Amino acid sequence: MITLTEAPFDPGALLTEFSKGRTETGAIATFTGLARAEQGSTASLELEAYPGFTESEIGKIAAEAQERWSLHDLNILHRVGKIAPGDPIVFVATAAGHRRAAFEACDFLMDYLKSRAPFWKKEHGPEGARWVEPSAQDYADRERWG
Amino acid sequence: MARVLLFGRFRDLAGWREREMEAATLFDLRTALTREDPDFGAALTGPGVQVAVDQTIMRGDVPLGPRSEVAFLPPMSGG
Repeated sequence: MITLTEAPFDPGALLTEFSKGRTETGAIATFTGLARAEQGSTASLELEAYPGFTESEIGKIAAEAQERWSLHDLNILHRVGKIAPGDPIVFVATAAGHRRAAFEACDFLMDYLKSRAPFWKKEHGPEGARWVEPSAQDYADRERWG
Repeated sequence: MARVLLFGRFRDLAGWREREMEAATLFDLRTALTREDPDFGAALTGPGVQVAVDQTIMRGDVPLGPRSEVAFLPPMSGG
């Protein structure tokens, strides 16, 4: 499932829901990304998506992960709009038969979301606003997966 | 008329987010945008910039239909 939401979310509740009723899934890995305050230089984040296109592009990479790691299921939830420091911004959960596949697929999906998914991120701070683009590290992380 | 959408820093740079424009091809559209705002036109050819026509990433020139949706996408950054 892939969801974009303007509303804050509870990662614990998402994990509880995602874990329910699984008798063959041996492993669930999750990642929760939080908005950073950057020592006060970021008062809030603003995330923009391209509705329709963003979900379908993430869907393509989710299908790739599903096949590559034989996932039983996955859940990706990403905030859009204004986000306060400390708030969860992204949640990824992967379910697989064994832990390695769940960990790796979760890691892969996050590397994709950081550098290739159709989102644009603006930091608002005391010195004004600036658009943030992926770092060299973000691109290098993405390259690990071939 | 093609529907032209801007995202991320392109909106701030151009000062608009959505417009209807007359253009037979993507090349013609880029030419028209560059003619009225050379700085913005130059930004559209920057590294990592992608273009989606009807929500599909396109490379090179493509014809535009009367109801095409063209989106200029600066480098993407989520999470």
